[in-house]
Amino acid sequence: MNFTQQLLVPFLYALSWNPTASSEQTCAIDSAPTEYSLPSLPYAYDALAPYISSQIMTLHHSKHHQTYVTNLNKALSLESSLTESADIPTRIANQQAIKFNGGGHINHSLFWKSLVPASSPHADTSNAPNLAKALNADFGGLEKFKDKFSAALLGIQGSGWGWLVKGVENGKLDIVTTKDQDPVEAKYVPILGVDMWEHAYYLQYLNGKADYVKNIWNIINWNEAEVRFEGGRADVFQVLQSKI
Amino acid sequence: MSTTLLRTTGFRSALRAAAPSTSARCAGLAGATFTRGKATLPDLPYDYGALEPAISGKIMELHHSKHHATYVNSLNSFSEQMGAARDSENVAAQIALQPLINFHGGGHLNHTLFWENLAPKSQGGGGAPSGELARAIEGHWGGLGKLQEEMNKALAGIQGSGWAWVVQDAQTGALGVKTYANQDPVVGQFRPILGIDAWEHAYYLQYENRKAEYFKAIWDVVNWKAAEKRYK
Repeated sequence: MNFTQQLLVPFLYALSWNPTASSEQTCAIDSAPTEYSLPSLPYAYDALAPYISSQIMTLHHSKHHQTYVTNLNKALSLESSLTESADIPTRIANQQAIKFNGGGHINHSLFWKSLVPASSPHADTSNAPNLAKALNADFGGLEKFKDKFSAALLGIQGSGWGWLVKGVENGKLDIVTTKDQDPVEAKYVPILGVDMWEHAYYLQYLNGKADYVKNIWNIINWNEAEVRFEGGRADVFQVLQSKI
Repeated sequence: MSTTLLRTTGFRSALRAAAPSTSARCAGLAGATFTRGKATLPDLPYDYGALEPAISGKIMELHHSKHHATYVNSLNSFSEQMGAARDSENVAAQIALQPLINFHGGGHLNHTLFWENLAPKSQGGGGAPSGELARAIEGHWGGLGKLQEEMNKALAGIQGSGWAWVVQDAQTGALGVKTYANQDPVVGQFRPILGIDAWEHAYYLQYENRKAEYFKAIWDVVNWKAAEKRYK
């Protein structure tokens, strides 16, 4: 564990991971930042079944995502109260809390919109004609892209995400993986993200994560993917403007 | 499933099996935990359901027979590839294989140590350490409760998958708590004394997102005798 992490561990615990912890650090001050809130799912919890169970969706959205939002707001509030502070170690530790919880909020917000019930017209790849052309050019076709993307997802060691991204500068498609809740780097536009944390599939698929990866192709929102492909980062991250 | 504590010997030999240089002469030790230098899945020294209610039988069965088994199989596969890369003096391939050996070899080491440092209450699980380890914990933390508090904070603070360990600095002999990402093993400067798995697969079927409850409950099945043997 490095110095920053050592500082961070007790801090995070006291701040947020202990469900019985007091909320004294969240006291409102005049300069407090606006708060983020949990975005509503664009479909019912059971709408992605049988590919992702209602139980998984309920916990994933109402508990896991909510916790990232709650802890992001706490970290932002703390950052705001520390701006005049000379307590540099605490401020550095808090940067990591913002990255982790902010990343968790960004990634899950993008993920929900990347998925759609299998019965929806948007689950059909014909909704993404321009993206399909680019996948042909950069991967040799949709099926080859799926194979490569699936392999990348299954190669993640530990918790993380797999993403189809578009280069901001060159517009080229690529596959990247990010560890834990690291968000996609600023040089990319995220087109499609898949959560490979165990909490995303374990209650239904247990250790059979290859089946989760295989099944998720049935519930990809290709309409959303096309919109993101055609747009830039500002368009994609509009999903995060769910501030109070 | 065997419940004999003699399996401890088997665990140790399984650990050595991960090191190619010692695997050959270890072959044939008690427990038959590997053959021809290959790592094999060690038997649990208790039944899958024996750690209930702290850890459910279903979690233990999947964790041991599926997750740990996959680390063992992958370690053997990548070790074989590493051997071939060495034979052909392919340095690039050897370097590319190192993270895979670290991950799957670490997964094998960590889980082997984990099974050993847990025990049902009927086999001494829970309670408190004794002897020199107890004195060292008292000296460093001022009591077992403080150590548990620090471990649980470390576990709760892991961002993603990983482990928390009570470790001993091999040079100074001092105890401490450290977290390791993913399956990074406790090797080198630090000696593993007691490890707790904070991967979601270790608790999710029973505790879902309430991981703090798992971290609290697991102390009921910690095998302090195993920890005492590791402390030097």
